[in-house]
Amino acid sequence: MEKIFGRSESLRDVSTHYCPGCGHGIAHRLVAEIIDELGIRQKVIAIAPVGCAVIAYDYWDFDCCEAAHGRACAVATAIKRVRPQNIVFTYQGDGDLAAIGTNETIHAANRGENITVVFINNAIYGMTGGQLAPTTLIGQKASTAQKGRVAKEHGYPLKISEILASLPAVKYVERVSLHSPQEILKTKKALKQAFQNQIAGAGFSLVEILSPCATYWGMSPKAALDWIRDVLSKEFPLGRIK
Amino acid sequence: MKAAKKTEKILMAGNEAIAEAAFQAGCFFYAGYPITPQNELIAYMSYRLPEAGRVFVQAESELAAINMVFGASAAGVRAMTSSSSPGVSLKQEGISYLAGARLPAVIVNIMRGGPGLGNIAPSQSDYFQSTRGGGHGDYHCLVFAPAGVQEAFDLTVLAFDLADQYRVPAIILGDGMLGQMMEPVNTAVSVSRKTEKPWALTGCGNRPANVAKSFSLAEGALEKNNLILQETYCQIRKQEQRFETLLTDDAEIILVAYGTMARIAKAVVKQLRKEGKKIGLIRPISLWPFPDRAFSAAKKDKIFLVVEMSYGQMLEDVKLAINGRSRVEFLGRSGGGIPTEEEINSKIKALS
Ligand SMILES: Cc1ncc(C[n+]2csc(CCOP(=O)(O)OP(=O)(O)O)c2C)c(N)n1
Repeated sequence: MEKIFGRSESLRDVSTHYCPGCGHGIAHRLVAEIIDELGIRQKVIAIAPVGCAVIAYDYWDFDCCEAAHGRACAVATAIKRVRPQNIVFTYQGDGDLAAIGTNETIHAANRGENITVVFINNAIYGMTGGQLAPTTLIGQKASTAQKGRVAKEHGYPLKISEILASLPAVKYVERVSLHSPQEILKTKKALKQAFQNQIAGAGFSLVEILSPCATYWGMSPKAALDWIRDVLSKEFPLGRIK
Repeated sequence: MKAAKKTEKILMAGNEAIAEAAFQAGCFFYAGYPITPQNELIAYMSYRLPEAGRVFVQAESELAAINMVFGASAAGVRAMTSSSSPGVSLKQEGISYLAGARLPAVIVNIMRGGPGLGNIAPSQSDYFQSTRGGGHGDYHCLVFAPAGVQEAFDLTVLAFDLADQYRVPAIILGDGMLGQMMEPVNTAVSVSRKTEKPWALTGCGNRPANVAKSFSLAEGALEKNNLILQETYCQIRKQEQRFETLLTDDAEIILVAYGTMARIAKAVVKQLRKEGKKIGLIRPISLWPFPDRAFSAAKKDKIFLVVEMSYGQMLEDVKLAINGRSRVEFLGRSGGGIPTEEEINSKIKALS
């Protein structure tokens, strides 16, 4: 019988620690598939974040580097500058990339570092138990905003991708989602573009992926996907930003 | 200042000598953020490294700089950052990560007055921070304290070699005086050693994937990693204690001072010896590992006088090394105050 689907070489044959309905597993797989399709596994160096994806290196089968919480883009900057022949990407949550690491993110982007950033926006801090994130929606509840986000107190959901897209050295920014098979295919396409840009030496590329966190949204996995479609993607519109 | 041709002696400031030494030692990556009194160092690296096809990044902060060094070191090259006290405080999380991930790096701290923004005067008040780890977790960095520009050069080369050999971060601890002071330097005296780095991230090619990390979630895994660190520190304590002694054999009073402070102490010893006083000096060169061995001759009839540009930090290590065998006294100033020859003299007079 013809084999039409299999585990990517870049993905280890292990089960993950992610909660039921979490998007990280899908995003990991998409990244692994793209790396295999582009034939770059042997020269990839990934930077895993501090966040739910902290042990991404237990799931990916290529060279990986830890980064302190928020510092992935600084670590990636150095690795890429030291080894320009390698393919370097970061994989970061919204707290990591757009709260504690905003400075490193903006400056790596502004320098036009030739790296790829995979940005998982689940509108919450997953790893630490559902606290308010920079991307949490107005009215969305969090363990540190029990009545929901209030603009007057917490400000508005931070559109870091739009901010980054305004920087002249940034090559490519696209927002995609994991809420349906079609959107997952689009996510894969965007990721491919972002890696191809790096291979071509084009500069800083970022893919923001709206990703479900059923656990800390307090929803069933199916309801979480619908919430991305009906609510989250209204605040964070999908499509190419730059 | 342009790069030195080997064999000739050239006049260099401490900051430049450290930078040139890093270059000669094969430092391939430098990231830093401006802060006085070490700005000559970052300026020197900004042209010296790119000239040779190596990498210089002016980082957006000390946090970014130390984490860039983490990345460069993980990628297998010799990497350095430099700063002064407030900036080095910001780097502490990154240094802890380097230690935990067993990544070598060289961190230069040209100390200034603290706490807080303090001032830019020479100071030695970051001794605790440097020798006790500084960040979170059970770890140490190698710490070397040069007392002159040539020694700053030599110890920087050594720091790169030993950081690689033991897979630990190494600190060059100086102060604004050392950084700015100009002295002749022979850049040919140090020959740097190379260490293989099979753990480096280079892209996995056909080997199993490498991971650079400090995180160890599995039961017992972190303790195991920490025991490897302890084993390393144990070896370092045995192998890498460095110090200089001056006229200690018959001395009744022995000054203990490091770095810039030791230069002043040395002048005092020379002067008082002329006056027939039995006085000597121990100058720790490695602050971690602290050179306990230098104090093996401590006994009842000797007095040790620790002199620091702080209110008594190395003092604790001297007391631990002497362990009650001799009387230990202290003279220190901080926040821009430097103990003078006169002050040391009158303290000595009061002792005897
Ligand atoms: C310096 C520091 N501060 C705080 C933490 C605790 N911490 C770990 S992950 C995290 C938030 C992660 O949220 P996000 O980046 O959105 O990723 P997610 O877990 O949702 O995937 C925090 C606050 C830490 N490890 N280090």
